[in-house]
Amino acid sequence: MSFALPAEMPDTGKVDADELKRRQRARFERVGKWLLPILMLALTLYAWDRIVVLNDIPHYILPGPGLVWETLIKDWGTLSGSLLVTVQITLMALAVAVIGGVGLAILFTQSRIVEMSFFPYAVILQVTPVVAIAPLIFIYVENRMVGLLLCAWIVAFFPVLSNTTLGLNSADHNLRDLFRIYGATRWQRLRHLQLPSALPYFLGGLRIAGGLALIGAVVAEFVAGTGGRASGLAFRIQEAGYQLNIPRMFAGLVLIAATGVVIYAALSFLSYMLLRKWHESALKREG
Amino acid sequence: MEEREEILRMENVGKTFDGSVVALEGMSLVVRSGDFISLLGPSGCGKSTALRLISDLIHPTSGRITWSGSHDVGDLGVVFQEATLMPWATVAENVFLPFRLRGKRFGDVADEVQDALDMVGLGSFASAYPRELSGGMKMRVSIARAMVTRPRLILMDEPFAALDEITRFKLNNDLLRLRDRIGCTVIFVTHSVFESVFLSDRIVVMAARPGRVVRELNVEEPYPRAEDFRTSSEYAGYTREASGALHEAMGEVA
Repeated sequence: MSFALPAEMPDTGKVDADELKRRQRARFERVGKWLLPILMLALTLYAWDRIVVLNDIPHYILPGPGLVWETLIKDWGTLSGSLLVTVQITLMALAVAVIGGVGLAILFTQSRIVEMSFFPYAVILQVTPVVAIAPLIFIYVENRMVGLLLCAWIVAFFPVLSNTTLGLNSADHNLRDLFRIYGATRWQRLRHLQLPSALPYFLGGLRIAGGLALIGAVVAEFVAGTGGRASGLAFRIQEAGYQLNIPRMFAGLVLIAATGVVIYAALSFLSYMLLRKWHESALKREG
Repeated sequence: MEEREEILRMENVGKTFDGSVVALEGMSLVVRSGDFISLLGPSGCGKSTALRLISDLIHPTSGRITWSGSHDVGDLGVVFQEATLMPWATVAENVFLPFRLRGKRFGDVADEVQDALDMVGLGSFASAYPRELSGGMKMRVSIARAMVTRPRLILMDEPFAALDEITRFKLNNDLLRLRDRIGCTVIFVTHSVFESVFLSDRIVVMAARPGRVVRELNVEEPYPRAEDFRTSSEYAGYTREASGALHEAMGEVA
């Protein structure tokens, strides 16, 4: 197998077998990372389509991928509005989770009393399934939107809180000593030592929280039920289920999955941009 | 010889951890302006404890440490065994840190920061990130940070122990050149006899269990010291003397 050498690696005639193997592997990594999942998707869709067509499966039991796609386009008017609602709730919940999680984490590291008093309750809130709390929330909270937001927030905020707390406490101990020797104030220590140290941890938590906020928003809406025009994708799926409109259920599902992927990708990109200059996780290995 | 200004005095200082572990016992030391003092000893002899006491990170169980004249946080520069740089900040921002913590703005001290970097030979690396530097270069940044505010006293806790010998020799020479240039006062912790003789004019030999001072000896070789001091017979004499004191101190427990 032959391939052109990259421009920055001139062929000095000293490329041995190891080096060739290494380059081949690198090239395979680069291409395979994208090509293989796409190939996998195409294969799955093809198999799905064949199974439906060859077995004559009626569309109210399992629609083929083509029909799902058609439905997605045909019903885009309704679905896009619902998508917007779901995305809105998800992003708002994520924003509140970040503010609440980071704020509480900072409070925790500033005061052991606060941490010892509240941390167990944060854990309890986290381990209680949101489906179990949601019905109560919708009894006590009048505004449906606020209720949904609250549910999504409960699910999303814990990873931000726990990761940020961990990060704030994991500043290098020598640097900590250095800050003390130089007489840093509490605020200076937070601003110039603890927050930067916590950034990679926070971003890790944020990536998890992004997915969880979406799950929280969808689950809460299933519980909340009641429709209307300001309904999210979860309600559309439920509604389509009652009408035995299976293609539309799939279309809604596809949209939710796609939203999750986009959120994850966006947060990963954000993380890469913020850390690429200094953090191990964002550095390419050399050699 | 003229009497140089006294900076710091340790009187009979002791530190006990957990009520029973004696890390340091009865240490007395007078530091004068321009001194280059090495604390030389095996692990557990309390040399690092002494530095932590001087930097006020821990407080003496007995005895006392007094600074002469008015003392504030800017009087001290510190270099640890690891370079201890902030990975998220550039080299210049790292060196700027002591100023920043004293409320200075970068623009007002940019010249001092650049000057400090020039002095350690990293003038052109101001905007690099620590990960881009070698171990020796990181240590240079750490030294630049310790002296950028021109503190009255610089504490160094085995700063070159993790570096290879060639880099260490180079940094030893450069450190002495810096000392000659800015006339800083240094307390240098090391477990290398050779390093302590080459660098310092006073060697405090310490022993472990309990950590204590066993001997203080002077190296009368004047500064600036050239590389060939390392191969001179005087140098050999001093290392013999220091090793002897060290072995004597360790022999008691061995």
